[in-house]
Amino acid sequence: MAMADSFVKSQGSQSVPLEYTHEEDALRIFGFWIFLATDLLLFASLFATYSVLYRHVGHGPGPLQIFDITGFSAETFILLTSSFTCGLATYSMHRGQKAAMMAWMIVTILLGVSFISLELSEFASDIARGATLQTSAFLSAFFTLVGTHGAHVSFGIVWMTLILIQLAIHGLTPTTARKAFIVSLYWHFLDVVWIFIFTIVYLLGVMS
Amino acid sequence: MLYNVENFASHFFVLGDPLIYGADVSIVLVSLAIVFVLTYYKKWGWLWREWLTTVDHKKIGIMYMIAALLMLFRGGVDAILMRTQLIMPNMPFLKAQHYNEIFTTHGTIMILFMAMPFIFAMMNIAVPLQIGARDVAFPYLNAISFWLFFFAAMLLNLSFVIGGSPDAGWTSYAPLAGLTFDKGPGENYYLLALQITGIGSMATGINFFVTIMKMRAPGMTLMRMPLFTWSILAACIIIIFAFPPLTAALTLLLMDRLAGAHFFTIFDGGNPMMYVNMFWMWGHPEVYIVVLPAFGVFSEVVATFSKKRTFGYASMVASLIAIAVISFFTWVHHFFTMGAGPGVNSFFAVATMIIAIPTGVKVFNWLFTMYQGRIRTKLPMLWAIAFIPNFAIGGASGVMLAVAPADYQFHNSYFLVAHFHQVLIGGVVFGMLAGMYYWWPKMFGFMLNERLGRIAFWFFNIGFYVCFLPQYWLGWMGMTRRIYTYLPGMGWTFWNIISTFGAYLMGVGFVFIVLQILYSIRYGERDLTGDPWDGRTLEWSLPSPVPHYNFARIPEVTGRDAWWTMKEAKQKGEMQPELEPLKPIHMPNDSGRPFILSVLFFIFGFGMVFTWYPMAAVAFIGILLSLILRSFEYDTDHTLSVDEIRRTEAAYGRV
Amino acid sequence: MMQKRTGTYTLIAALCATLFLLPGCGEQVLVFHPVGPVGQVEKQMIILSIVMVSIVVIPVIALLWVIVVRYRDTPDNPTPYRPEWSESRTLEFLWWAVPIVIIGVLGFVTVQKTFALVRPPGKVINPLTIQVTSLDWKWLFQYPGQKIATVNYCEIPANRPIEFVLTSNAPMNSFWVPQLGGQEYTMPGMAMKLWLEADQPGVYFGSGANFSGEGFSHMHFHVIARPQSDFDHWVQRIKSTAPPLTTQQYAVLAQRTIVQPMSFSTNQPGLFEKIVSQDGGMYMRRDLMKGKVNTHVGTD
Repeated sequence: MAMADSFVKSQGSQSVPLEYTHEEDALRIFGFWIFLATDLLLFASLFATYSVLYRHVGHGPGPLQIFDITGFSAETFILLTSSFTCGLATYSMHRGQKAAMMAWMIVTILLGVSFISLELSEFASDIARGATLQTSAFLSAFFTLVGTHGAHVSFGIVWMTLILIQLAIHGLTPTTARKAFIVSLYWHFLDVVWIFIFTIVYLLGVMS
Repeated sequence: MLYNVENFASHFFVLGDPLIYGADVSIVLVSLAIVFVLTYYKKWGWLWREWLTTVDHKKIGIMYMIAALLMLFRGGVDAILMRTQLIMPNMPFLKAQHYNEIFTTHGTIMILFMAMPFIFAMMNIAVPLQIGARDVAFPYLNAISFWLFFFAAMLLNLSFVIGGSPDAGWTSYAPLAGLTFDKGPGENYYLLALQITGIGSMATGINFFVTIMKMRAPGMTLMRMPLFTWSILAACIIIIFAFPPLTAALTLLLMDRLAGAHFFTIFDGGNPMMYVNMFWMWGHPEVYIVVLPAFGVFSEVVATFSKKRTFGYASMVASLIAIAVISFFTWVHHFFTMGAGPGVNSFFAVATMIIAIPTGVKVFNWLFTMYQGRIRTKLPMLWAIAFIPNFAIGGASGVMLAVAPADYQFHNSYFLVAHFHQVLIGGVVFGMLAGMYYWWPKMFGFMLNERLGRIAFWFFNIGFYVCFLPQYWLGWMGMTRRIYTYLPGMGWTFWNIISTFGAYLMGVGFVFIVLQILYSIRYGERDLTGDPWDGRTLEWSLPSPVPHYNFARIPEVTGRDAWWTMKEAKQKGEMQPELEPLKPIHMPNDSGRPFILSVLFFIFGFGMVFTWYPMAAVAFIGILLSLILRSFEYDTDHTLSVDEIRRTEAAYGRV
Repeated sequence: MMQKRTGTYTLIAALCATLFLLPGCGEQVLVFHPVGPVGQVEKQMIILSIVMVSIVVIPVIALLWVIVVRYRDTPDNPTPYRPEWSESRTLEFLWWAVPIVIIGVLGFVTVQKTFALVRPPGKVINPLTIQVTSLDWKWLFQYPGQKIATVNYCEIPANRPIEFVLTSNAPMNSFWVPQLGGQEYTMPGMAMKLWLEADQPGVYFGSGANFSGEGFSHMHFHVIARPQSDFDHWVQRIKSTAPPLTTQQYAVLAQRTIVQPMSFSTNQPGLFEKIVSQDGGMYMRRDLMKGKVNTHVGTD
């Protein structure tokens, strides 16, 4: 990275976390925060779409007919837990415990996989009941919003696996620490988005 | 079998129109010529090493600029064709379908593939140099942004000869652009090309935001930044907030078209007006994304060529921020006639008018930067001076359009067409041309010919007024936009003839710009000083063209107009701070992956356009693979030794 | 040198002015020749806005002219040169304040008129309702009171407020009769109201203003305003001579064609409401029933 070495913040100061020790890594983390802002706005647009269309059920089923309370409660519980274990991974990283960190990341990935499998089975049962993307505007908005989140989680699973491999190869360095930190930001972000999906889509859906 | 092939070909290739056959032939000939020249002069390796794989912001900026000029040509040809069709009532030159495709691609290309890359060109070239940085925050991502834009532009242009162009207007309103009313692949081209270039734009917005916030030279506080950099910062903030709704709108419309969803259909609960809202939530801020950098260029040019400090710097910054913020609260003025109710219309009418206040303040500050200065009417300044009356009138017609009850009479008429061309050409194109002339010596190390440039300037400027002033009048006479023909007896013919004549004059102006560039490449005067305009900001402290590491030593900034201050100090014979010894510099490695990644995006897009999902799937897997490869790449930069830097500096005569 | 230049520019300015005045000043500048109260209000707003923006635009152009001429970088330029002068509270206050005042005034009037225009012009004495549907690529006018319908032309009584109710059974369009007043969108699934009135009999040009596909350029029509008695007479004539508007006939109309003006002696009851509330439009029904849009929808 073309950084001006003459004025880079002095490196290796003890108070700075590992992932922030190099200026270029700090830049990437800052850049990723901005990316998360854009991604949040993308979800906001999809939420807006959903809130315009959720009454537009056409000839298809409404929220009450397709939402499965046990299913989405389980999904919520799993994803919230995974966010917690992901936080534990970062905590271990800051204490320099590589093995613990990798273990917590593996737990996070496994929780993510089970979340995605539950969501896919939910989608499959909806489709089996004839509630598809093509049925009505409500279902188009529902599948797109929840599906976009699901795609993000799937991407996160693959990503975290890749970081895990790199941690195994290179050990805990400022670079791998930065990568692990960024993927954890992403994971927590998806958790926040899910809380909105849980509230706006599922809770309001079954309450209406 | 033969029939199947024929049937496929007749749908795949656009047949039966002499203009399109002409385009086919010229595309093939130009491609052959490029291949021949590159092979004959053995330049393939050079092209790959120096340009296709570069991550240097200056070279990326130059490539953006060349692409923007090419697209200006393409969009300009569209404009000439349209004006020719409208010169007379019942003109038999273009058919309705063809005309519709042309105005659609004209708008799409001019906004997204001409104006956007042109501002990206200027910010790539100037921003890191102005803030005393050695590159942008994420050089590799910067290369990806450029190539995504480039291949998206290629994808959209391909539609002209393969499959047919989009034909629902550059706004692509649903349900007209939905599957029910538009079967052809043209709309798919539009949606995918915009989506691909949109990813690149968003990345550029983040990239430059981080660069400006975090990589300024020591001493350069925010309130010491050059105004061009300020304008880019404001534009980046708008990009970050405005592009996500566009991404969403395009995705949803694509889902409607490819997957049979019901977001914007008129069946099963879809709501087409939602598309219009989402589109303009991006669309209006987009106008400011392209015009704020032009304001920034004018601020630099006016101060430099008046040999004077910018007047009212704080007001200039405040107005940039004000415009950026208010731009998000005006989008409904694009459809006052939707009947959203008087409360909503009033809010957006007043919000829109309020934007005129900071804009007006900027105009007065430019004027008073010139006041009691010493004005040199070199080419950049000429365009800046021409911009002011132009933008004053264009802005005034904008305020008139904001008056909701008056807008009911202006909306979708030629009055509107005249207004937005006046602000987009008079603001953005003039600004980008001024920027191109201003930074040209910095980019290439030689000057552009003044004389040819002046001829181009007068043709383009006079042509501009001749073309667009009559269109205000045509709007009042009831002529609506996007009609391909009209009846005699409305009094429109006379003004259309004049307008078309003006468009031809602008075309001649463009030809002179091309001539000027070609002539100057051969005979242009070398810029040996690095500071041909007696500049004020840090980029002029460097030799032209700038060495790839930009600054051998990062400058210390002590005030606004950093370079001007340094020159003055030297002139007064003040003590020069002792030069620090050179240190090794970290530079990012070049990479061919951004190029390959973008080719894969192109193939993915093409597959999606024709719903050839296997092709799209293969390309998508390729995209993922190249992302994974990047993630596993740890050897991403190299170090320049002090010796190497010293040799380069010596070659420029700076030791 | 200076003298010669000024002369040339004056000449060019004079030439431009004549060019604009020559063929333009006639009745063909529709927006400036309104024949009804709505168009008149809008014309006043246009003129007001021109005046208000001129307060800024003219000084800007004049100042630019003076400054560029006076402060050229010539060796013997006697005017003052102050390279460091870059702040003036007074001046800056002036050009923040003046635009704020202008926008304040213009904004105030705008809000006032925006609210005024959603109400019927003048006193509502016996308004006439016409239901307008934009089709690909033609205009269907239905007269629910008179039980007749026309295509691509529309007759109205002069001096009587007309309540146009607008919808579309095709991509969105915009209904614009410049001399009567400004436009409003016709949108699938929605019924929007637009009040217009003609002060005097005459034939007025109207067109679709929002692009709707291949045949869009041909979507123009005439609005013919007649005295009330002539209008009644015309209604009677259509009723007795024109063919009925059957369901099949409407299906033919809804196809993507360009047609000549037509008249129909009957008006399919409920046809307009059906067009509005089909599929997507059913979600706007709440608005229809709230009386926000008075479309004579009745029961549904």
